[in-house]
Amino acid sequence: MADAGMLRFHVPEPEVRPGGTPDFSNVPIPKAGSAPRPEIDVDPRTVRDMAFSIIRVLNRDGEAVGPWAGLLSDEELLEGLRHMMTLRSFDARMQMAQRQGKTSFYMQHLGEEAVSCAFRKALADGDMNFPTYRQAGLLIADGYPMVTMMNQIYSNEADPLKGRQLPIMYSSKEHGFFSISGNLATQYIQAVGWAMASAISNDSKIAAAWIGDGSTAESDFHSALVFASTYKAPVILNVVNNQWAISTFQGIARGGSGTFAARGLGFGIPALRVDGNDYLAVHAVAKWAAERARKNLGPTLIEYVTYRAGAHSSSDDPSAYRPKTESDAWPLGDPVVRLKNHLIQRGVWSDERHAQAEAEILETVIAAQKEAESHGTLHAGGKPSTRDMFEGLYAEMPPHLRRQRQQAGV
Amino acid sequence: MPRRTMIEAIRDAMDVSMARDERVIVFGEDVGFFGGVFRCTQGLQAKYGKSRCFDAPINESGIVGSAIGMAAYGLKPCVEIQFADYMYPAYDQLTQEAARLRYRSNGDFTCPIVVRMPTGGGIFGGQTHSQSPEALFTHVSGLKTVVPSNPHDAKGLLIAAIEDPDPVIFLEPKRLYNGPFDGHHDRPVTPWSKHELGEVADGHYTVPLGKAVIRRPGSAVTVLAYGTMVYVAQAAAEETGIDAEIIDLRTLLPLDLDTIVASVKKTGRCVVVHEATLTSGFGAELSALVQENCFYHLEAPVARVAGWDTPYPHAQEWDYFPGPARVGRALRETLEA
Repeated sequence: MADAGMLRFHVPEPEVRPGGTPDFSNVPIPKAGSAPRPEIDVDPRTVRDMAFSIIRVLNRDGEAVGPWAGLLSDEELLEGLRHMMTLRSFDARMQMAQRQGKTSFYMQHLGEEAVSCAFRKALADGDMNFPTYRQAGLLIADGYPMVTMMNQIYSNEADPLKGRQLPIMYSSKEHGFFSISGNLATQYIQAVGWAMASAISNDSKIAAAWIGDGSTAESDFHSALVFASTYKAPVILNVVNNQWAISTFQGIARGGSGTFAARGLGFGIPALRVDGNDYLAVHAVAKWAAERARKNLGPTLIEYVTYRAGAHSSSDDPSAYRPKTESDAWPLGDPVVRLKNHLIQRGVWSDERHAQAEAEILETVIAAQKEAESHGTLHAGGKPSTRDMFEGLYAEMPPHLRRQRQQAGV
Repeated sequence: MPRRTMIEAIRDAMDVSMARDERVIVFGEDVGFFGGVFRCTQGLQAKYGKSRCFDAPINESGIVGSAIGMAAYGLKPCVEIQFADYMYPAYDQLTQEAARLRYRSNGDFTCPIVVRMPTGGGIFGGQTHSQSPEALFTHVSGLKTVVPSNPHDAKGLLIAAIEDPDPVIFLEPKRLYNGPFDGHHDRPVTPWSKHELGEVADGHYTVPLGKAVIRRPGSAVTVLAYGTMVYVAQAAAEETGIDAEIIDLRTLLPLDLDTIVASVKKTGRCVVVHEATLTSGFGAELSALVQENCFYHLEAPVARVAGWDTPYPHAQEWDYFPGPARVGRALRETLEA
């Protein structure tokens, strides 16, 4: 064998860094409507190609085309638009509140609103999401009160989590929203367990697992896929590929080739890739996967191709690692604008009504904010009691904690 | 009353719990059809079906993580990690998720799971079949940690753990599975059928979590022990002729401080014994608590006899394991101090 020379270490790099011109020309974007819609009992081996393509419904002209179109009424789409606009407005106000020192931390959804808002409408009451910190659209789209979300963000006296959790780590069993943990990927396998429990109990409820592109590198992603595949758990395994994990581009989690959806194939799990900025496509694919799960056909893996348009969090400055204008160059556009254009194209919406709705939503968000702030913000006004710090760790407080609570003088 | 080994008692606890509550689910590696590498789940799958007792992929984080999801749904999973030495991949799920779920969601979600794991050495298990990681659990707010030392307690504590609304780490000293062991590895082992604590009642009963028991009343020195070391301490007391009061803690957290303090105030001396490594081991917590609560009653420094601060060796098993000779020496030194 010929001398192969010295080995060279490979570290993937994004195409462009700050100062460069954003370039997504290497991201193949299939035409809207071109992806087939398989039967829900499809043999995963026959739809392998779908893990490498992108299911899209809305075309450039804002028309809904292809076999995944036609599932939603005008009213449902208008509601979906309102949810996305509400989440965006909520995000902007809370981001500002963080800058004003009313809370310590915030994380926006900018550009990813369609994913969680459209997905929620494909689930039924009683189904359970195991979200990450970037799926608050699940709550907004389910009518969870914004005031309660803000109370949590402010850690005020009305915070349902008693000030114990970092802002945005919501929890609502009633709204099918599992308690958020700071530890990445842990909830992915928990979702599978919840789904297994539903099957063990001969229930009809399904679970939805959520993870970002970066966190797929965590071992619990693998755990979840193994368990979901082994037990054919009624779970939807969602991967939100927003291209970025804080400062690391998705190639650090994935390597130079393949897709996140393709990870499902090795486990015999049907894997679909969908345009994450296309409300109709997200909803249609989620519905397909939910039906599969409900009919006991097992798990589905869905990769949502989207772009994290905002900073990772209120503690992050993306201009240090990616071009400032990169989100403008993102070929799948803005989910709000695209659904807006579609509704205009359908003749049920207009620029005027959109601007009016925007103003109304802002007013609603501001009113909620005022109400929340009447209960206090992180450093001002009402806050949870020190006593709350000791409560609720165990069902019954053990003696050592009682002693410590006494020492704390509460 | 029927006599059972610790293995049979543990199996019986799961059997009784599964019969009483259909939410109780048992799974882990080799736990289903085969009945477990230590036979602790033998017959459960045949009796309750594959939905209630099943084999899991070799993935500890997956086993505990899925159990947490099941608990959030409303089931009561009792899962097995084949050896405590292999719990580390699940440590994230145990400490960051199971332990905190109730607290961080303010009771919106709870985590009534039991994680059983064979623990301890004295079986030539080498580095990864002998560890005693209890201090890694007692340091975690939100977990309860239990270590039984005999069949009667094992059954009662396990049923109590399964019925407990909070996550419980249930460490089973595998050296005690078939009979008590006092560290005299050169003598034949007595089976549980010849020991009074091998008497295990049929049906449902519990041994409450958080309650210690005095195994040997005494007046000269208090010995705090759990698991295998209870028998080692008993042997050391007999062989030295020292009138030691031996307390079997049974539950490490929540800890029965009242029983400990009452005993040390009576004896004025305390020796803490465990198999786990010394530095930052659970003995350090026990020693500190005794010092804080019994300072004016202490007539000697609190002594600790523990595994050396090394990985658990293979060939040097009996140089490592804190046997009756080492415990006896500590008892004498504490009395002479």
